[in-house]
Amino acid sequence: MSISALILLLAILAAFGFFIGRQKIHLQYKLQSDKPRITTLPKYFGYVAGLAALIPALLVLLILEVAETPWINHQISQEINTGLSVSEVQSSSDLDLFLNDIKNATTDREVAALTDEKKVIHEHYQRIVNTAQWGKTAVVLSLSVLLGLLALKRINIDTRARVLFEKTLEWILLAAASIAIMTTVGIVLSVLFESVRFFGDVPVVDFMFGTEWSPQTAIRADQVGSSAAFGAVPLFVGTMLISVIALFVSVPLGLMSAIYLSEYASRSVRAVAKPVLEILAGIPTVVYGFFAALTVAPFIRDMGESIGMSVASESALAAGLVMGIMIIPFVSSLADDVMSAVPQSLREGSLGLGATRSETIVKVLIPAALPGIVGGVLLAASRAIGETMIVVMAAGLAANLTANPLEAVTTVTVQIVTLLTGDQEFDSTKTLAAFALGLMLFITTLILNMIALYVVRKYREQYE
Amino acid sequence: MNNTVLVKKGLKKRYLKEKLFKSAGIVSIGIAFMFLLVLLTDVITKAIPAFTQTQVTLTVELNAEALDLNQNSSVDDIMQADFRQPIRDALKKRFDGVTKRNDKKQLYSLVSIGSEYQLRDLVLEDTSLIGTTLTYDFIADDDVDAVIKGAIDRELPESDRRVKNLKLSWIEEMETSGEIDTAFNWLFFSAGDSREPELAGIKGAILGSLYTLMVTLALSFPVAVAAAIYLEEFAPKNRFIDFIEININNLAAVPSIVFGLLGLAVFINFFSMPRSAPLVGGIVLSLMTLPTIIIASRSAIKAVPPSLREAALGLGASKMQTVFHHVLPAALPGILTGTIIGMAQALGETAPLLMIGMVAFIVDIPQSIGDPSTVLPIQVFLWADAPERGFLEKTSAAILVLLVFLITMNAVAIKLRKKFEKKW
Repeated sequence: MSISALILLLAILAAFGFFIGRQKIHLQYKLQSDKPRITTLPKYFGYVAGLAALIPALLVLLILEVAETPWINHQISQEINTGLSVSEVQSSSDLDLFLNDIKNATTDREVAALTDEKKVIHEHYQRIVNTAQWGKTAVVLSLSVLLGLLALKRINIDTRARVLFEKTLEWILLAAASIAIMTTVGIVLSVLFESVRFFGDVPVVDFMFGTEWSPQTAIRADQVGSSAAFGAVPLFVGTMLISVIALFVSVPLGLMSAIYLSEYASRSVRAVAKPVLEILAGIPTVVYGFFAALTVAPFIRDMGESIGMSVASESALAAGLVMGIMIIPFVSSLADDVMSAVPQSLREGSLGLGATRSETIVKVLIPAALPGIVGGVLLAASRAIGETMIVVMAAGLAANLTANPLEAVTTVTVQIVTLLTGDQEFDSTKTLAAFALGLMLFITTLILNMIALYVVRKYREQYE
Repeated sequence: MNNTVLVKKGLKKRYLKEKLFKSAGIVSIGIAFMFLLVLLTDVITKAIPAFTQTQVTLTVELNAEALDLNQNSSVDDIMQADFRQPIRDALKKRFDGVTKRNDKKQLYSLVSIGSEYQLRDLVLEDTSLIGTTLTYDFIADDDVDAVIKGAIDRELPESDRRVKNLKLSWIEEMETSGEIDTAFNWLFFSAGDSREPELAGIKGAILGSLYTLMVTLALSFPVAVAAAIYLEEFAPKNRFIDFIEININNLAAVPSIVFGLLGLAVFINFFSMPRSAPLVGGIVLSLMTLPTIIIASRSAIKAVPPSLREAALGLGASKMQTVFHHVLPAALPGILTGTIIGMAQALGETAPLLMIGMVAFIVDIPQSIGDPSTVLPIQVFLWADAPERGFLEKTSAAILVLLVFLITMNAVAIKLRKKFEKKW
């Protein structure tokens, strides 16, 4: 039975439990002669029975669903290793390929195209899959029916059904809130696990301080031009270079925009300008990437050539400029927030002493808002470091250790994308390297965000 | 006395500085606006040609014997028949005297390779066409399209031009006789991806985006609202709740590509879920949009005045009843606004989907959330990389469609916020 059908069936069982539960209480009440004061609405008895039939069964279904594929793989490889001897299978990677062929044959025609040896295994595979399917269905459904019946039997007119139901609901709400933790754990484990495997092949020191990056691993020992080197310094430098250019664009522009909007602009100007600035943050990054690669980069190259400079067609400058425009709203809205949080009395004091508005802003407002502004800049920096599509489309692919913004550089995110797209197996050093880069990226941005949030929060408490 | 003179002397300079400072603010906003304007104009002007398609009018003879078909042929037979030949014959008849092999090849390339399928579909629809002669507008090849739209400069010397003189003379002849014209490009909205720019459409990507967003919404909305309710209304003050809050805030700032790595390692490699499928894409995006919706929902719930809760509690409602019967309905507009904004983010997201293989070249239009498919931003990314010139306008047009969707979603969110904005 397919998973969607199973879930549907569970829902039907739960609804059934609800009606019977409610009906039971109705009946009990009718049968009682003295008609006591009832503390709970009948529908809550139904809810209790329905949840008992639904929630545990759903959880078990989820677990079984997760465990199914590994279990099937284990079973079939066991059978191949012990009972059936297969000439094609020599090593574990052979086994994977072999199993893939069998699993991919789903239609009759595809099955007919298999070799005889595979046909035999395919039959075994089908049997195991069927067993798993039926086992799963039986376990889940019987659990649902069993618990539903148990709940129905236990509830009677004196049960505090509402309290029971609300307690359960609270646990469900808590579980929903905990998904954030599970996601974080998932991220950390997935990048950490693969990174550890990577650092088994490549020493951490080589990765962190090596200056040569060429991830093409040699397939044969004597292959030319494929000496793998995993020194990530050029990627870090490239990322930094592009991020610094982006910040050089976004910090002054964002800050000045925020100052103008919060201190000078009239209400109507603000009402128009603020949302328009926010549009910049809402445009998909792939659009910026397209614009950077097809319009800005050629423009910069032509400009450079017209004054006799050689500019790479995928220059760090183009990617950085466009990224800088993209993060203007992040800087400006945060700066705007912290500046409007500065108490009016500070402004009035300064203006009252005869300072001009700009003097008030530069000498009073900005120093007072500085921690918040720094926090905003740090958040923008972490955006720039983690930004992917603009650099994938407009920065280069070749690792180039340079500080010249007119040359092509590559970044951490670009390398993650190039290493992980296309056909690949997931146990080569090359693909594992992407996870190590992902780990670096995660840690860097995490630290930056933590510092930024700390700075912003600390500042905000000063006036309260 | 002396001081007044000094102050007055300095005043002019200070006022100038003031003016400069103010204009610096205007200039920076101006730069941002200008950039936005340039970007939009650039995209729109590049996109406009994609909405028209050049067509070549040909008179095709559907010879029953040559096609080996008759009025009662089955669908299978029609699918097997060679519809390329009648089109070639029609072209040969139109420009007789073309004998050289190379010239013939150029002649045949006036129409798209999709034209034979156009013809086949016509016959499939109406078998009575077999044996007749019909005049029909066939899709032109992308080179012809480029010449007509002016993307290929006819004045260039032949050696620098993609379309050679002979072909150009045919195109011009047909153009003057009205056999080449342009029409609205319906195919762009009804076809899947293709290697041929003139046949490529975005329906597959739009549906893929739709399925992905459906999964994202179905997963993230209930979970986010539940989480927000718990954190605002029920959570005790303890370390565990603090930890949850820190995690939510952190997740909101994790680079999107890291979510892609999570999806690849956990859902694809560990759970063996299908690659390139909206199902996995939707799960990954829902984890990403979860913090956005939770944060928005929390502030919406927080904005509901305590008096509402107290009134409900005072009348004997339980805490849970108060929340679900009174607080949640009052906060719903705010929650929906946050959800739409989160969905808009998810719609524009590209990087995490690259990781889980949604970047594959997929021609078929996806039928369900388990089918391999692509999404709009990825379609943009794929086409932006394609070398054929015809894809440049398609890319811009796809961007335009994407932006239209985004602007609509944001407009709905703003409208919703305005409509339900309550001052308690």
